[in-house]
Amino acid sequence: MTGFHSTRRGLLGLGALGALALSLGDGARAAKLATRARIVIIGAGAAGTALANRLVARLEGASITLIDPRREHLYQPGLSLVAAGLKPADYVVSGTGDWLPKGVTLIAERAAAIDPLAKTVATEGGQRLDYDFLVVAPGLVLDHDAIEGFSLDLVGQNGIGALYAGPDHAAKTWTAARRFTEEGGVGIFTRPATEMKCAGAPLKHTFLIDDIASRGGARGKYEIRYACPQQALFSVPIVSEKVRMLFGARQIATHHGQTLTAIDPGAKRATFSSATTDPVTGAAVTSTTDMDYDYLHVIPPQRAPEVIRQSGLSWADRWTDQGWVECDMKTLRHLRHPEIFALGDVAGVPKGKTAASVKWQVPVVEDHLVAAIQGKEGTAIYDGYTSCPMITRVGRAMLVEFDYHNNLVPSFPGLIAPLEELWVSWLMKEIALKATYNAMLRGRA
Amino acid sequence: MQDLTFTTLIAVFEEIFGRGLFWIMVAAAVLVTVAYLHVLIRDRAVSWRKFLWAQVAMPFGAIAAVLFVQVMTSSGFRDIGGPIDVIVLLAVAAIGAVGAAILVYTVQSLLRGGAAKP
Repeated sequence: MTGFHSTRRGLLGLGALGALALSLGDGARAAKLATRARIVIIGAGAAGTALANRLVARLEGASITLIDPRREHLYQPGLSLVAAGLKPADYVVSGTGDWLPKGVTLIAERAAAIDPLAKTVATEGGQRLDYDFLVVAPGLVLDHDAIEGFSLDLVGQNGIGALYAGPDHAAKTWTAARRFTEEGGVGIFTRPATEMKCAGAPLKHTFLIDDIASRGGARGKYEIRYACPQQALFSVPIVSEKVRMLFGARQIATHHGQTLTAIDPGAKRATFSSATTDPVTGAAVTSTTDMDYDYLHVIPPQRAPEVIRQSGLSWADRWTDQGWVECDMKTLRHLRHPEIFALGDVAGVPKGKTAASVKWQVPVVEDHLVAAIQGKEGTAIYDGYTSCPMITRVGRAMLVEFDYHNNLVPSFPGLIAPLEELWVSWLMKEIALKATYNAMLRGRA
Repeated sequence: MQDLTFTTLIAVFEEIFGRGLFWIMVAAAVLVTVAYLHVLIRDRAVSWRKFLWAQVAMPFGAIAAVLFVQVMTSSGFRDIGGPIDVIVLLAVAAIGAVGAAILVYTVQSLLRGGAAKP
């Protein structure tokens, strides 16, 4: 009997611990800061939504307004899975309004102009909003027109895929890619010259389609080429080397220095430009190369939305063709307008246009914004953390996590090796990632 | 993972299964555990006959748990890539085995009433 008593006491103890943990989690948010601050957030995507939820939990009486015309919220990390036939298109779709807390205002319009001196935002519908603090988190735009001969209605036909364009296009990408995995031929996988969302996704798509083709009808009669403008396969050297080895082992040919500029869908021909330096004259020489394909994955150049580029918030001397917001890389605060913060894809920082970065950026902006309302300085620092569950085949992934300094920063050191293709990393991507993302949206992770 | 607190973990699990299903599963697990403790306390002894059947159920529980995880995640045995994968696989199997054993033992005890002679 004593044994049972102690077990029961133990159970009670565990329960009490759990309750304590719960109360600690809530306790940190119990004391709300009373304020009349007007906070405008441009964008109700991952970053805007997560921040709104966290601010509502921290502030009492603040006026929080989100501006975003998109009715659908997209779980973008799932697009790679949709484009490989592993998930249906609706796996990534939910409603923008589903995630927003009570007590915030959503204006379902596009932001048309920002005046950082007058501290106002104008919407497309003609509304004018004054703000005390502005968070710009509108995401980025895909510049499909930059690729001659390409348009989104081509996706899914004639061997053309473009998974970044959204859930329907990701599903159509799979239609085209599936044919390739059944019939074989030459598959070309590209990457743009600009900064981009989730730099791992072009590699994931390459790995997944190669894996599915190697098990499907195309087995033994297909060839995969990876063409990118960069000289490395990944921005973090140690990861780049690992990918190079995997590509080598899987006989995926790599073409560095190649930027996709045009396609001829009828002839199934892609044109790449490459810039080299003439060894004799030292002058820049641009040459073009044509490659025939049976499957082509297009990722267009990516830029900040027009409203950001027109508002004078962009860097003047960096990424001038792309327009990312000029902000401190550790606090995400605008360098010239301290009441403005950038979050997510639009932030002009060296790394991290991913949902994982957003997860780490949001608490930093929250800290500095709340501190600013109190007339203090925030202390939280964003060190460039981002993570990429690099899927290397259906069933395996590498859980790559890194920071601004190209250091690997594994969450589970000694347990889950970052550069090893593991089933457990795949399980995380499959099971836990979307759940963690959703918890982040609600401000709970 | 930034701050892997208990609340984060609960939030993640709620999102995986949906808030309703998650708490139903927690309730079911608690219920079976409590019922198990109940029959142990009631009978004041472990019935080795029931325990034998519970043991017979263990391999089935183990295999079912592994297959369930594999089917749910479009993966298979070929994806085992390192030691941690083997550990996770064994852990899944162990959880399935223990779960099945507790369930079978409890169901037997509840259905047959009082303790059989050990």
